[in-house]
Amino acid sequence: MSTIAEAATGAVARDPEAARTLARFLADLLAGRIRVVDLTETLEPGFPTIILPPELGQCWPFRSEEISRYDERGPGWYWNNFSCGEHTGTHFDAPIHWVSGKDLPNNATDTIPVENFIAEACVLDCSRECEDDPDFLLTIDFVEAWEAEHGTIPPRAWVFMRSDWSKRRDPAAYLNMLEDGQHTPGPDEEVVPWLIAMRDVHGFGTESVGTDAGQAIHFSEPFPCHYYMHRNNRYGLQCMTNLDLLPARGAVILSAPLKIEQGSGSPTRVLALVPAPAG
Amino acid sequence: MTTPLPRPKRKDPIKRTRLPALPPAPRSREALGLTAVAAEGRFALQRCEECGRVQYPPRQLCGGCLSAELAWRDVPDHGTLIAGTTLHHSNDVYFRERLPWRLGLVGLDCGPAIVAHVMEDCRIGDRVRMSVRLDRSGRAVMLAMPPGDEVPNMEDDLELRETTCHPRHRRVLVTNGKTPAGQALVRAVAATGAREVYVGNPEPWHASPPLAALAEIPAVTVFPLDVTDSQSVHELAGRIGAKVEILVNNGYHLRPGGIRGRRDINNPRAEMDVTYFGLLRLAREFGPVLRERGADGPFGACAWVNVLSVYALVNNPAFATWSASLAAAHSLSQCLRTDLLEGGVKVVNVYPGPLEDEWQQLLPPPKLTPEALANAVVKALVDGVEEVYPGAVAQEIHARMRENPKEVERELSL
Repeated sequence: MSTIAEAATGAVARDPEAARTLARFLADLLAGRIRVVDLTETLEPGFPTIILPPELGQCWPFRSEEISRYDERGPGWYWNNFSCGEHTGTHFDAPIHWVSGKDLPNNATDTIPVENFIAEACVLDCSRECEDDPDFLLTIDFVEAWEAEHGTIPPRAWVFMRSDWSKRRDPAAYLNMLEDGQHTPGPDEEVVPWLIAMRDVHGFGTESVGTDAGQAIHFSEPFPCHYYMHRNNRYGLQCMTNLDLLPARGAVILSAPLKIEQGSGSPTRVLALVPAPAG
Repeated sequence: MTTPLPRPKRKDPIKRTRLPALPPAPRSREALGLTAVAAEGRFALQRCEECGRVQYPPRQLCGGCLSAELAWRDVPDHGTLIAGTTLHHSNDVYFRERLPWRLGLVGLDCGPAIVAHVMEDCRIGDRVRMSVRLDRSGRAVMLAMPPGDEVPNMEDDLELRETTCHPRHRRVLVTNGKTPAGQALVRAVAATGAREVYVGNPEPWHASPPLAALAEIPAVTVFPLDVTDSQSVHELAGRIGAKVEILVNNGYHLRPGGIRGRRDINNPRAEMDVTYFGLLRLAREFGPVLRERGADGPFGACAWVNVLSVYALVNNPAFATWSASLAAAHSLSQCLRTDLLEGGVKVVNVYPGPLEDEWQQLLPPPKLTPEALANAVVKALVDGVEEVYPGAVAQEIHARMRENPKEVERELSL
């Protein structure tokens, strides 16, 4: 353990191999051998938030009020006050978000170990299936078929369900809210506990509003992704975009939420580091 | 019959837009009592409580017995046009722009003889109906009208039009087309012959078949508009602000409950955001251009309607936080009224009683249907009044608030 004085003078001995790895990483990033893909939607007032029955509490959409813009309110500067919910826009779900994860240690945005904000992603392309069926459910069979092609999902990796849902730019089509509720894809109730128990996944990520399917309230275990993932201290990412730009394996995801005290989640700038195309 | 006004041609874009000139506004404090009468579309004059004399113009004392016991009482509004003249010259800018202008002397059945503006269809010797109306300065004026409502094209009478806000040939924005009341408003306004009806669509990701059905009406265009989003209001004002002649602010966000409701303040805050800040955002963005366009041709900007509730005036504990947001909007509307009157644009506040809708489900009848509310709004515009209390409950609360507000407060708490 180093002292503050040692840290300040840089006198701590560092692992030279790790230092070389980081230097190589930066060199690759600067040279374009590692690309950065933004998986984040722009926070703007028109981006839909989840719709709950109107008598329940609601998540605020994004709003912004100008403080000044080089004018009499502040002659030399421009800035805004913004407001939104913890689950507005592209966002991270912490385990404390769900009742099943409420008593776990380190379950909130301010207490989750920071290492957990960096993890590999396995991207399961369900875009064709979701185009045919907005209620498409990811199954164990589908995952096993993916693994037959790309290898077993490694421990502590994100599972991202690519649905191309983010390409639905019309907000009504994006939410796809009909009279009997929301119709968007998600995992079924068997694959979620299986991913945790058999593959030790880090969490689950989607492009639609919610890590669960739109009709998941009607499952025998309602909202299985929220229920099981958070009960096991795993995480969620949702309303992501650009999943079609990621390789099936090998992307490194940076997803640090705002350090909100006892936060259940936060709008998050989700970035993916991916190898550049060969050649 | 009144000479009908033709549908307006498109404006010549190189001509300077005429600025709103206003009729003389100063009134004595006593005469402002008449403004209160005109605001509600009643016909009341000062009556001496001692000798029973009805007098005009309003004074501090009775002209007959010098008693100070004067009260504003509803009195019969019929009389005879005794004499009349037509002005062809005036030193007042407002009247110069509107010459020739008819004036006359009306002998009222209830006593006084009154110098009044006179409509085209009234001839000397005719029986007339006298009306106290708000002019473009927001002050009360007397207008002699034909005794019935049957005169064809009466709403096009040039002197009457100076006191009304008829939607025909005008472009109207209804800010929320997602509520049943908003949909009824759009239909009612379109049915008056409005030139265009712009309809706000908040939360466009929430599909609304009734709103989609409105878009089938030829005059109707739907725009994204969320009054809780400053940027959205700004953007729509940029697109259509310079065309709107009547703005109907019908934002509605009610969540039942009072102080002892849920622990958080999210719902009360959302109510405030729609009802109060919504009005403020709309007023900031649409108010200035509306004020500038108060004399922009015969169908220039003329009215701003706020659909509030009678619970803006007294708190209903079952809807306490909503009532508070309405009270805030009511207060702000008085400032907006002052601002817009500079352009001759009227602020019309609508204070309905309970509505027939999902949020007021458990209130006992009588309740106002969306159509009845919409018709009351259109009637308020056609009549040119400033305050309207649609529905039996609102009428009663309003009448009793004038007599004894404390009593109403206690009764609503039972």
